[in-house]
Amino acid sequence: MTEILMREAIKKGLEEALDKDSNVLIMGEDIGEYGGAYAVTDGFLSKFGPERIKDTPISEATFIGTGIGAAAAGLRPIIELMSISFSLVGFDQIVNMAANIRYMSGGQIDVPMVIRAPTGAGVQLAATHSQSFETWLAEVPGIFCVCPSNPKDALGLLRTSIKNNNPVIFAEPALLYGLKGEVPDEYYEIPLGSASINQEGNDISLLSYGAGMSILHETSEILSKKNISCEIIDLRSLSPIDYTTIGESVKKTNKLVAVDTARKNGGIMAEVVANVQESFNDWLDGPIIRIGANDVPWPYNKNLEAEAYPSSEKIADSILEKLI
Amino acid sequence: MATLKEEKNKRVKKTDQEKNEMLELFRQMYLIRQFELACGENYTKGNIRGFLHLYIGQEATAVGSISCLNDEDYIITHYRDHGHALARGLDVNRSMAELFGKKTGLSKGKGGSMHLFDSSKKFMGGHAIVGGQFPVATGLALACQYKKTGGLVVCYFGDGSTNQGTYHETLNLASVWNLPILFILENNKYGMGSAIDRVRAGGEDFYTGVDTYDIPAAQVNGMDVLAVKEATEIAVKKVRQTGGPFYLECKTFRFVGHSLADGQKYRKNDEITEWEKQDPLMKFPEWIKSAGIATDKDLEKIKSEVNKIVESSVEFAESSDEPSKSELNDDIYKK
Repeated sequence: MTEILMREAIKKGLEEALDKDSNVLIMGEDIGEYGGAYAVTDGFLSKFGPERIKDTPISEATFIGTGIGAAAAGLRPIIELMSISFSLVGFDQIVNMAANIRYMSGGQIDVPMVIRAPTGAGVQLAATHSQSFETWLAEVPGIFCVCPSNPKDALGLLRTSIKNNNPVIFAEPALLYGLKGEVPDEYYEIPLGSASINQEGNDISLLSYGAGMSILHETSEILSKKNISCEIIDLRSLSPIDYTTIGESVKKTNKLVAVDTARKNGGIMAEVVANVQESFNDWLDGPIIRIGANDVPWPYNKNLEAEAYPSSEKIADSILEKLI
Repeated sequence: MATLKEEKNKRVKKTDQEKNEMLELFRQMYLIRQFELACGENYTKGNIRGFLHLYIGQEATAVGSISCLNDEDYIITHYRDHGHALARGLDVNRSMAELFGKKTGLSKGKGGSMHLFDSSKKFMGGHAIVGGQFPVATGLALACQYKKTGGLVVCYFGDGSTNQGTYHETLNLASVWNLPILFILENNKYGMGSAIDRVRAGGEDFYTGVDTYDIPAAQVNGMDVLAVKEATEIAVKKVRQTGGPFYLECKTFRFVGHSLADGQKYRKNDEITEWEKQDPLMKFPEWIKSAGIATDKDLEKIKSEVNKIVESSVEFAESSDEPSKSELNDDIYKK
């Protein structure tokens, strides 16, 4: 095991892919000369050259679509967006093109492409830079969607995302680039569509992903003082969703709390909760609690942003009120 | 660019190969015309559903330009895509079956009229979001450049798409990265029901505006198949030499509505009649005969063969099976 930062884990995954396969190239705004807005690709330009580390104009629709065309012609492009909020500028290319092209060609054309994008609130970037559109993209058939919460998962998921022959949205919580974590020294992969149990427990299943995971651990600590044992599940993959792992945990604890750091309204946890209700209702001993960010545009002010963001106190209070 | 008349004066004596090329151009244009007429008929009968956009009137543009391409070149186009598909040699039966939504269609009945694909012929689709094909064309060209295949990409688009951001973004990127793309504008003067002069600043000619992006550009009469062919030959040669983009504007016209649902109330007086005088399916065979390349009898023979091909394609499509319900979930993800 080696302890590294989240951004270093992602960098390692990218570097491996570039080393291993000459068809891999990276495109995005300021990823080359500048070194990447979050310094993930720092040093790549000098190591791999301008043919493979391609600085693009500020034209999200066009460089995402360029990735699609390059993938359709046999390359394995990785696209870096500076923010998942900017995916909106290229949404037509992601949804109408990348996701649909295989189906509407009757399976003739593959798009092996990864779109990496920082996501989420918590760093005072206000309304246009704090959103979490992985939850929108997870709805679209034809693409996969993952979001790691720690360096180990980031590396394992990135490896499988790059090897996958379909478009993959790889959402990186902006709050976590500086998070330290242990990463195995031997090679490993994490399959898309696999949730993980990060902590075993007996009384309540707590579920989240990405930046929500640290909040779950805080919540668990609060509740442990009241002798409530929490099982903590990391969704990791928003499309497809691992209902087997979630279901097994619900069968054990009979209680589910689903937490999203994205806005609650229409979020991915609404989908998860509805499916758990349908499939595992007989095992549930109480209402499923769903907590997300407030349904407001993200504010700039620190206190207001914190107010909109889910907190372990809010979650613990809600659990004590409704489930215990 | 040469006109038919100039061509006639210039090349009185033609080799057999040249004659055959001319007849092939006629055959393809006639095939597209008959195919489109059959589509219209089968739309009325209810065999073809959804939106149907016919290429009638614009045949010379696709046929003239695609005749200059090699197997390693990619083609990507817009939703009015039947003409390009047939000119590229996509199977007529499977094309018609796709429009009928049948299992034997190019996309197994999952794409329909606006989304014809045949990756084995590097025909990368009809695309139905206006301007959506531009960025993908850039990526195909990047792959040609990166893999040094020697291939280029022809990206067809209509005048309506030039007001999308992707048009400008892609011209810029193709120039900055020096990508082998031949942009072919099919300027038929209308984006659906909107005449260019109502929606575009800068007049009705587009090629003059492209120097902003430092891309060489030319304009040609898109109703004249030989002029289109000659212009495309020059353009393709330039792209292969420089490795970078070229922009060719073809002035053309569709004789029918935007789709079969279009009453064409927006057309100007006598406009269609005026353009029909340039009908490539009338002018080109006239020229072929006056240039002594073929007789009426030769042309009738081609027509009769093509008519049979189109008739059989309809029979093929009609008699083909619908996709089974179990195919609904296939082809979404590559395993």
